[in-house]
Formats: sequence, C-alpha cells, structure tokens
Amino acid sequence: MIQKTVDDVSEALQGVEDGMTFMLGGFGLCGIPENAIAELVHLEVKDITCISNNAGVDDFGLGLLLQKRQIKKMISSYVGENDEFERQMLSGELEVELTPQGTLAEKCRAAKAGFPAFYTPAGYGTEVAEGKETREFNGKMYVLEHAFKADYAFVKAWKGDEAGNLIFKGTARNFNPCMCGAAKITVAEVEELVPAGELNPNEIHIPGIFVQRIFQGKNYEKRIEQRTVRQKI
Amino acid sequence: MLDKNGIAKRIAKEVKDGYYVNLGIGIPTLVANFVRDDISVEFQSENGVLGMGPFPYEGEEDADIINAGKQTITTLPGASFFDSVTSFGMIRGQHVDLTILGAMEVSENGDIANWKIPGKMVKGMGGAMDLVASAENIIVAMMHTNREGESKLLRKCTLPLTGVGCVKKIVTNLAVLEVTPEGFRLLERAPGISIDEIKKATEGTLIVRGDIPEMAI
Repeated sequence: MIQKTVDDVSEALQGVEDGMTFMLGGFGLCGIPENAIAELVHLEVKDITCISNNAGVDDFGLGLLLQKRQIKKMISSYVGENDEFERQMLSGELEVELTPQGTLAEKCRAAKAGFPAFYTPAGYGTEVAEGKETREFNGKMYVLEHAFKADYAFVKAWKGDEAGNLIFKGTARNFNPCMCGAAKITVAEVEELVPAGELNPNEIHIPGIFVQRIFQGKNYEKRIEQRTVRQKI
Repeated sequence: MLDKNGIAKRIAKEVKDGYYVNLGIGIPTLVANFVRDDISVEFQSENGVLGMGPFPYEGEEDADIINAGKQTITTLPGASFFDSVTSFGMIRGQHVDLTILGAMEVSENGDIANWKIPGKMVKGMGGAMDLVASAENIIVAMMHTNREGESKLLRKCTLPLTGVGCVKKIVTNLAVLEVTPEGFRLLERAPGISIDEIKKATEGTLIVRGDIPEMAI
C-alpha cells in the first residue's frame, strides 16, 4: 500500500504559490473542499486562477477568496448568487471565463485521462466557440475544446483511506471525481479517514492512484444554499 | 392567459411513459408537479442525480443532496447519484429523452438565448449550452413577452445565443408553437386567447393553418 496520508491541511497544501491554477470540486456549496479553501485564505496566496463550477456565495466557499481579492481569474459555468463576484467582474478586476458545464467537466476529465483536446457540440454557434476550431462529424458541428492544465486539484470526499481511495456521498460527488488526477497534485479532504482495508474495493469511486495527499478534514459547515422543504400532511 | 403553473401543466402533457427528463430552473421545475401519476418518469438533475423526488420534510434536509437549482431534494426508489462527467455523458449522448428549459428569446429558426444580457446580467450558461446542443427533444417554457411587453419570439435573437437551431416546441402563457422551416407554427391557443392576440405578441413569422384549438389542460 502506498501511503497518501498527511497530518493536516497545512501539510496538504505545501508547495502552493502565488499565480498558480487550482481546480476546486463542488456544485454550488455542495461538496466543496471547505478546509482547503480556508487554508488558501490563511496562506494569502494571490493572483490565483480557480477552475470551479461556481464561485461560492459572498461569505462562503470561493466567495471567501474573492473577498480577499486573491483570485485573478475564474473559470466557471455559473456565477450567480455572488454580489462581490459580480462587482469585481463588471469593474474588470476579475477575469472570468464562462464555460459550459459539461465542457468544464470534460476539460477536467481530458486532463486526467491524457487527452489534449476533444470535440463537443456545446457552444457551437455561440460566443463560447469564437476563435475555436470547429468541425463537422456526421452532419453536425462541433467545437474543439482543450484539456485544462492545473497545479493543484482540491477535492472533498465523504470517506477515504490511507491509500487515497475515495467514496463520495449524494450530489456532493459532482466535479470532485473528474478533478482527481487532473492536476499535478490532487489533495483530497475527507469527512472520515480510515485505515487501508476498511473500505470495500468494490465500492471505491476514485482509486488512490489519482490522489497524492489525503487528510481528515474538520469543522464541516456544509451550508445549504436553498433550503426547500414540504410540510407533513 | 396561463400563469406559470398553467404553462407547466400544459408541458406536463408532453412527458411520456418511460421518459428520462431534465428540467431547467424556473417554470420547468414546476412541470414535475403535474406529471400524471400513472406513468413512470425519472427526473435528471445535471449536478448528478437521476430519480429526483419531492422536497424533503422539514428537518430531513441533507446538504449533500441537492438539485441543479441548489435546492434540497429527496430521491425516489431506483435513484442514482453520479459525477458531472457521467451526467453530461447522459445529456450529450442523448440518453435523456426530454429537456425543458426557460428562455429570454427564441428565434423562428429555433435559436435560443437564455444566459447573458450584455452589460446587465452575466450569470453564466451553467449546463444550458450542453443541453440545447445535444437534446433531440427540447421544449421551451416561457412568457410570450418580456416585462416591457416586447415579444420573446423573434425573427432573430438579439441576445448572445445559447444554441442554434435547437428548439422544437415552445409553450407560453398564450400559445403552444412548433418551430418549423417556415417559422413558428401555431398549434394551440391558451384558454380565452385569440389568434390576433398571439399574432400581436409574436415578432417572428407566425404560421396559422386551419383551426387552432384551445389548449386542453
């Protein structure tokens, strides 16, 4: 067994520098690497590029890094729900590259799986395709999209073991699996870290080969963005 | 004239037994409330769930189980969770049978715009570009006119496009229309709405052929 465990978040984020590109898992505030984000705030790294489906809310998730003006560029599919983000984008302080959600996921997967680029129908004929190579296959038009290049991927899983194997829960899975192995170094934080052998190999979502560092996260807030309920009749 | 629930109710009639359906945010989400309960349908949410159920009972919300609108949800028997790559594989690979989404503008050749108003609103396209570029069967749910009373069914979209030539059917508060090579073909009128009212509210080419029945909802 190859040991991937590190003591804590500060050891997990060793090597992080200004100007780097990070991938961060999560959809809205669901399944975001809360501990890694807090540590990035603490480290005060600047001019970073973040690849993440969303940009958090004003006071949580990536919003915490936006507040401190640590982000130079965001690559996301949807950035509503964040006033500070909108202000920085409209004033030109923040560079934003909006990418269709499926394309964003596939650009991660391509980086992980060794594909330099791929064709997708998403965005053909729109401003997303401007300046990009297009090609016809079987009578339909496609846009060439390139794999991401990132320094670190920060992901959050439900359970993990010392070998870096991961299991996700519910829709907190989202972008986390495709970001594992898509950057030079993948850092996984988990709610429950167990010794190797305790997870059933049949139930592993992400094999440890895609993870370089794993640690037991703490103080998960797991904030709910839209609490919707129904009444018992 | 229909309200949002009326539009959702009419669209629900397009949902057939055995369909996997992706519902967008807004009016499309309401469609789930009106699907007949004697047919089997599974709702897909692009953040990674198939077999979505109703909202949870108070106190049973789980932060790890949400839909693409970031709302807390439940799952039904037979449900599954998956990652974003798999989710968009379902969408791009045309495994989802029906996509219902909102729009700011639709043009008579089936172009759709729903993600950006230059200088005013840029929230992003989310999964909409992947959905409209791939789905075979797309229904747009929207009001016939915008807040200023201007038609949203146009000859040509004025806003940045989400996709080209992809919309097949539109259900508005006034009418059901089909996108055809000649323009918007009027299929049904909302209860109490005349063909003239629909003509006035439609900037794009409107084709009226034969009797146009009132919607049965």
